[in-house]
Amino acid sequence: MDLFEYQARDLFEKYGVPVLAGRIADTPEEAEAAAKAIGGTVVVKAQVKTGGRGKAGGVKVAHSPAEAREKAEAILGLDIKGHVVKRVMIAQGASIDKEFYFSVLLDRSNRTFLSLCSVEGGMEIEQLAVERPEALAKIPVSAVHGIDKAKAVEIATAAKFPAELIDAVSDVFVKLYDVFKKEDATLVEVNPLVLTTGGEIVALDGKVTFDDNAEFRHEREEMERDQLDPLEAKAKEMDLNYVKLDGEVGIIGNGAGLVMSTLDVVAYAGERHGNVKPANFLDIGGGASAEVMAAGLDVILNDPQVRSVFVNVFGGITACDAVANGIVGALNTLGARASKPLVVRLDGNNVEEGRRILSQFNHPLVSLADTMDGGADKAAQLANK
Amino acid sequence: MAIYLDKNSKIIVQGMTGAEGMKHTTRMLAGGSNIVGGVNPRKAGESVDIAGKSLPVFGSVKEAMAATGANVSVIFVPPAFAKSAIIEAIDAEIALAVAITEGIPVHDSAEAWAYNVEKGKKTRLIGPNCPGIISPEQSNAGITPSNIAGKGPIGLVSKSGTLTYQMMFELRDIGFSTAIGIGGDPVIGTTHIDALEAFQNDPETKAIVLIGEIGGDSEEKAADYISKHVTKPVVAYVAGFTAPEGKTMGHAGAIVSGSAGTAQAKKEAFEAVGVKVGKTPSETAALMREIISKL
Repeated sequence: MDLFEYQARDLFEKYGVPVLAGRIADTPEEAEAAAKAIGGTVVVKAQVKTGGRGKAGGVKVAHSPAEAREKAEAILGLDIKGHVVKRVMIAQGASIDKEFYFSVLLDRSNRTFLSLCSVEGGMEIEQLAVERPEALAKIPVSAVHGIDKAKAVEIATAAKFPAELIDAVSDVFVKLYDVFKKEDATLVEVNPLVLTTGGEIVALDGKVTFDDNAEFRHEREEMERDQLDPLEAKAKEMDLNYVKLDGEVGIIGNGAGLVMSTLDVVAYAGERHGNVKPANFLDIGGGASAEVMAAGLDVILNDPQVRSVFVNVFGGITACDAVANGIVGALNTLGARASKPLVVRLDGNNVEEGRRILSQFNHPLVSLADTMDGGADKAAQLANK
Repeated sequence: MAIYLDKNSKIIVQGMTGAEGMKHTTRMLAGGSNIVGGVNPRKAGESVDIAGKSLPVFGSVKEAMAATGANVSVIFVPPAFAKSAIIEAIDAEIALAVAITEGIPVHDSAEAWAYNVEKGKKTRLIGPNCPGIISPEQSNAGITPSNIAGKGPIGLVSKSGTLTYQMMFELRDIGFSTAIGIGGDPVIGTTHIDALEAFQNDPETKAIVLIGEIGGDSEEKAADYISKHVTKPVVAYVAGFTAPEGKTMGHAGAIVSGSAGTAQAKKEAFEAVGVKVGKTPSETAALMREIISKL
């Protein structure tokens, strides 16, 4: 999960990372009140999870509460690269002397953590890495030892911070690692980290990504989340691993790899049948029980774009006869709601028995396929009718 | 021969007394694996009857190894406790630890891996979030169905469990030396490259199937490794061409971020070093069939 800027700011504050005052506002009136409470010059910032806010007119300076109201009015509702602004943050203005960059993240490639740091902050880090790689320090961080004061000094020194700032910034790095570790983040980035004309180090803008696998050990129910597609929200309620896509062939399978592969095979088959595409990713897991199958079919059949469904299951842990019974149970549960043709491909353990069960069930909408390629072709053809 | 696991492997199960542990211990025994005991500190000293076999439960991996001579541990411990279970296996210096558990926080797997590196990598870790490893007709450490395919000349390494099963099924008439599911998490123990190296050195393995998916750069690194060190024929398959950017496709690690981790880039990396890439699992199997017929 990626955080909004204001959420990252609040999190930093909780861990003692120096930040400026900031308040959220969902209306121009709230923006005016927030600016009044903060006092002085403020910055009105669109809360959207995409870069290039400034260029798109999503960040504006306001010198009075009335002006903050006007700017918020202009920013709320803006469409920034497909993200509609529903909320702004009113941030205290800062007088900036210098801008720096710091991040700590999961380095998948090397199976460790990595800190990136530069005294040239402000610009996009990808751009800095390409244009001035020598200005970007890359320091591996052990997942066992983390960033203590000594490590933080090493990072600041490698990034060529002036000697008089090393103590102050390294203190901030230690706190930012604390955020990274204790919050189970895969990314904590501050860009820019600034030196104010008053000599203070302040985290002016932050990006934080949390690891979804670690949700069980954090209390995050109250946090604002991205608006999910209604079908995705329904699938989430039912604990299904579902991603909505923009096609006509509904897909159900077991195992993430096999489902991804099924989407590809359906897309290739679609090239022969009016360019139909997969409508979704849905992994019902290695178990593939009747209840989960019913819940999955229910979500997919509720997608108005879906014109056919391809069920592609390899019977491993759960044998094909159990999967077939699951499909029968699901169709009985759904009754008239099961209104679109279903192509079923089963392989693996007890495949003959599984196919026998489905043949005997003899549902007018269900047809059997012998192979994954054959099933994909049939489903694509049915979606093109 | 086979890689990492063979008929002499003695297996213990961490989390054997839990529901998943019981279910899969039963299956592994039925498939012929030599399971010699389990680990659960709260049930140490007891024994559990599984599939007609009385299996002792030990308080720690170290005790289990001392008492049984076990050299493989399969881990079914739930996500919240999986890090300690893996670290316990590393501390005991067991030769092979296979972590099946799905949903482990990445800070935990990163820490367990860093710990293993500091300890000199005396333990080969497979997973987490994987189906495990099977050397057909010899031993099975994990949840791969034992009866998909028999022994043969193909070595298989895959990020995905069900695609492992699918590929074994497609090539069941030829058979496998070892099939290993390395897992779909961002941080895993054994990589594509590790398995390639072991298959290259295994006289029984004549050809290799590599299955990858979107996310990370493991496939690109594997392609580079193949060009420098692998003389046996390799065919590859990559899943996730239709995956949109920024969406996690089931596996925690299966995500395209920006231009990084796309299926297309991985396919091109393989083709650039002369590794043929199947468009579908069946086409990949056909490519392998052609190679085997010419050996």
